[in-house]
Amino acid sequence: MSMQLWVVQTLNGLQLGVMLFLMSAGLTLVFGIMNLINLAHGSLYMLGAYLAATFQALTGSFFIACLLAVPLVMGIGMLMEMSILRRLYDRDHLDQVLATFALILFFNELVRMTWGPQAYFMAIPESLSGTVEILPGIPYPAYRLTIVLAGSGVAVGLYLFIGRTRLGMIIRAGATHREMVGALGVNIKLLYTFVFGMGAAMAGFAGMMAGPILSVETGMGEPIMILAFVVIVIGGIGSVRGAFAAAVLVGVADTFGRILLPPALSSMAIYILMAGVLCFRPQGLFPAHG
Amino acid sequence: MRKGILGWVLAVCLSFAVSATAADEIKIGYMATMSGPAASLGIDILDGFKLGMAHKGGKLGGLPVELIMGDDQLKPGIGVQVANRFIEKEKVDFVTGIVFSNVMMAVAKPITDAGIFLISANAGPSPLAGARCLPDLFTVSWQNDQTHEAMGKYLQDEGVKRLYLMAPNYQAGKDGLAGVKRYFKGEIVAEVYTKINQPDYAAELAQLRAAKPDGVFVFYPGGMGINFVKQYAQSGLKEEIPLYTTAFTIAQMVLPAMGDAALGLLNSSFWGPDLDTPVNRKFVADFRKEYGRLPSLFAAQGYDAALLIDSAIAAVGGDLSDKEALRKALRKADFASVRGDFKFNRNHFPIQDFYIRKVIKNSEGVLTTKIIGTAFEDHADAYHSECDMQW
Amino acid sequence: MGKPADRRDRAGIHFTRIHLLYLAAGIGFFLIPLAADAFYTRLAGRILIYGLCALSLDLILGYGGMVSFGHAAFLGIGAYTVGILSNHGVESAWIAWPAAMACAGVTALVIGAVSLRTSGAYFIMITLAFSQMLYYFFAGLADYGGDDGMALWSRNSIGGPVDPGNPTQFYYLVLLLLAIVFYLCRRLVHSRFGMVIQGAGENERRMRAIGFPTYRYRLVCFMISGAVAGLSGALISNQTLYISPALMHWSRSGEILVMVILGGMGSLAGPVMGAAGLLLTEEVLSEYTEHWMIILGPLLILMVLFARGGIYGLLSPRRES
Repeated sequence: MSMQLWVVQTLNGLQLGVMLFLMSAGLTLVFGIMNLINLAHGSLYMLGAYLAATFQALTGSFFIACLLAVPLVMGIGMLMEMSILRRLYDRDHLDQVLATFALILFFNELVRMTWGPQAYFMAIPESLSGTVEILPGIPYPAYRLTIVLAGSGVAVGLYLFIGRTRLGMIIRAGATHREMVGALGVNIKLLYTFVFGMGAAMAGFAGMMAGPILSVETGMGEPIMILAFVVIVIGGIGSVRGAFAAAVLVGVADTFGRILLPPALSSMAIYILMAGVLCFRPQGLFPAHG
Repeated sequence: MRKGILGWVLAVCLSFAVSATAADEIKIGYMATMSGPAASLGIDILDGFKLGMAHKGGKLGGLPVELIMGDDQLKPGIGVQVANRFIEKEKVDFVTGIVFSNVMMAVAKPITDAGIFLISANAGPSPLAGARCLPDLFTVSWQNDQTHEAMGKYLQDEGVKRLYLMAPNYQAGKDGLAGVKRYFKGEIVAEVYTKINQPDYAAELAQLRAAKPDGVFVFYPGGMGINFVKQYAQSGLKEEIPLYTTAFTIAQMVLPAMGDAALGLLNSSFWGPDLDTPVNRKFVADFRKEYGRLPSLFAAQGYDAALLIDSAIAAVGGDLSDKEALRKALRKADFASVRGDFKFNRNHFPIQDFYIRKVIKNSEGVLTTKIIGTAFEDHADAYHSECDMQW
Repeated sequence: MGKPADRRDRAGIHFTRIHLLYLAAGIGFFLIPLAADAFYTRLAGRILIYGLCALSLDLILGYGGMVSFGHAAFLGIGAYTVGILSNHGVESAWIAWPAAMACAGVTALVIGAVSLRTSGAYFIMITLAFSQMLYYFFAGLADYGGDDGMALWSRNSIGGPVDPGNPTQFYYLVLLLLAIVFYLCRRLVHSRFGMVIQGAGENERRMRAIGFPTYRYRLVCFMISGAVAGLSGALISNQTLYISPALMHWSRSGEILVMVILGGMGSLAGPVMGAAGLLLTEEVLSEYTEHWMIILGPLLILMVLFARGGIYGLLSPRRES
């Protein structure tokens, strides 16, 4: 492989990694703080893409569509939390897996009934439709570069929010000392709903960003949801830092696996990586709780 | 286990509820993938089929039709279950639909073994066209490889020198590329197989760009096709290296989701909405009127499936008991197909023309295709000689 | 099934209402081919086969507390073993079915050896990952149909007067196998081995402190469960005469989990009821609307939220759920 190709493929890996991070950050937060496995996280990704595509068709602007869709997905997520998921926090993982599995069936059918069975169109915003030369002689799609930047921006923002703000501190405390935080007078219920909404917003945002490059269709969230689970398991469940490291690792490994390995092996590469990591570190790379 | 008894009681009650069969109607089981992301093909075929029925006065061969639906969920196991419902419970006279090859491979034998005629409105896997051809299976669409062969022939005729091939890593993908290579004799730069339902092709596209081929042929149906075509255009490759594909990637129902990324792409098909036959003009116009969208090739296949059944039942005067006569009537294919000439090969797969189409915007600004050339006339599939059916 | 009361007493179980239900269910299933037509016999057979698979999952899930989200992998391995053997001319059930169990068992041993080092959510996810891995492996296995899967030309043969090709005989064969497995599993969970597994499911640290090598016990249990699931895979491939990677798709693992929970886990009979419940609901709903999943989804959520003991729990309220 030439030098140029290395650069481009690394960027591709980063772009996938950033996408995975947006998905897995919410998953891992919800898991770390509320101890909830949410399989329906992929449905929020799908809803994000569909809503943004609809708003884009109505308003003609990708950016306005995102501005409208992000809070809407956040709202849907919070509604989901308040109506159903809240009741599952003190259940075992099994009940959570089942209920959220059922939610996937529900959302897929709901989307199909609302938007029809055909894939939905979402355009790349005009200003980002070309390619940019990242290095002399190496063109790269501007939109994908935007994804890398926007995703990294969200990652940094999240890091600062959790590390530097009061609310972030409470969230961190909630992850490790749930009862204590409650005893200190923090409204735990509201906090949980907020955290869930935040995760939903990030998943929805990932869906919106993916909409113009991928096919917007029912079930589109499931492959990335499974990958996101691989990410949080590798990273260590509950750890945002771990999720970021693992997302980039998985993104790059998947990208290079696809071009360097035979197809039968490359489709299994990520899972082999995960089994390998868990073999040596059963709690993932960055265990959240001691 | 008590649920088992309840289920049994329920089941018996149900069987009484739905077992009344009038002697003077035909029962047709329609099996297709009607749920999940791949549902739009099954729905288009069904709409085409219904339009065909409507054009025959809501009847087929003069008999009223009871259409019984079955969703195979794109799982062969579920397909077999649906087939058994059609055979054992509904006791249908015909089964039609069947979108995907894997479902077809699972249900073809049980259905035809039960003495039921199976009219495939889409899937045409190679084993059933060759050594394992079945006397009661009629495929009104195509044999899988034919459409790819047409593009292979076109690329050969056009003098493309270095071709890059891509497909998902499954049987249909390999068959598709094999079909191209059967007629394209230039250099194959690379033959890349990607993971099934892979959403993102950035890594593969970077490799492709570095290989600098003269042309790229891909087989990516459905959602994979939408992803690939969009990303191909976004990476700027569309202006550098021409992309060739088939109607499976460029089907009418996915064009809106691709948008301008698809504009100008060449693809092969046995049919196009602009194909100039009287039947096709009426079909396309009425389909638009009825459903408010342009038909895809899948809808055209559904329409022809209805017409084929109609012609056969009419030929035997509505007497469904004489299977031999009915089979003969089906073999004649005495109906006015949307594609003009239509005849069955001895393996019950069509011998037909194949065209090269280009994606354009019509006068209303809607993306559609326009036929720009003919790749094959009266093209037979590559497997019919392995079929030992004689008639 | 509820007759030898003396043995039950030794195991500390008394003849209760639930045993009457077993008896009634046994008779009910026995009568189906006599009373219903071929379609319902087949549906009932399908219920029994998936019941068998769900039962095998219950063994590790309900008793051992191991939430496997990849059980469909073993189902698929069993089915593929039968298919691949048949492709090479091995048609005898006496070879193919034990081979299916062995292959699934060995696969479970390997997967279990890695997965059981983890617990909780990690275990759920790693079993899911392994089944995805196998799914892609078989989807890429071009010699055996790849993603399209492969057809079986006929059912496996048994010899003597038994002909699995006959739907009624095949049904009774499935029923017999389920009864045998059911009996053996009952013995197993009430044995010393079963007690260790249950103890480890409730509190692994305690069991280890007492001196049981819990990892080894759980691994053996996982392997047995995989082997039984392999048997159900062999049976389902014989029933449908078709094998494809769709058998091992992750949503199938989800369905098997749903069966166990719907029926009531930790009860052996529950999963069979759960299989009946889910498959019949699907069958009935899908006749009314193509959008049946929009009904099934909320139904399942309601079940998880409000009927935790499953069908078994409703029928036998004295058991803790």
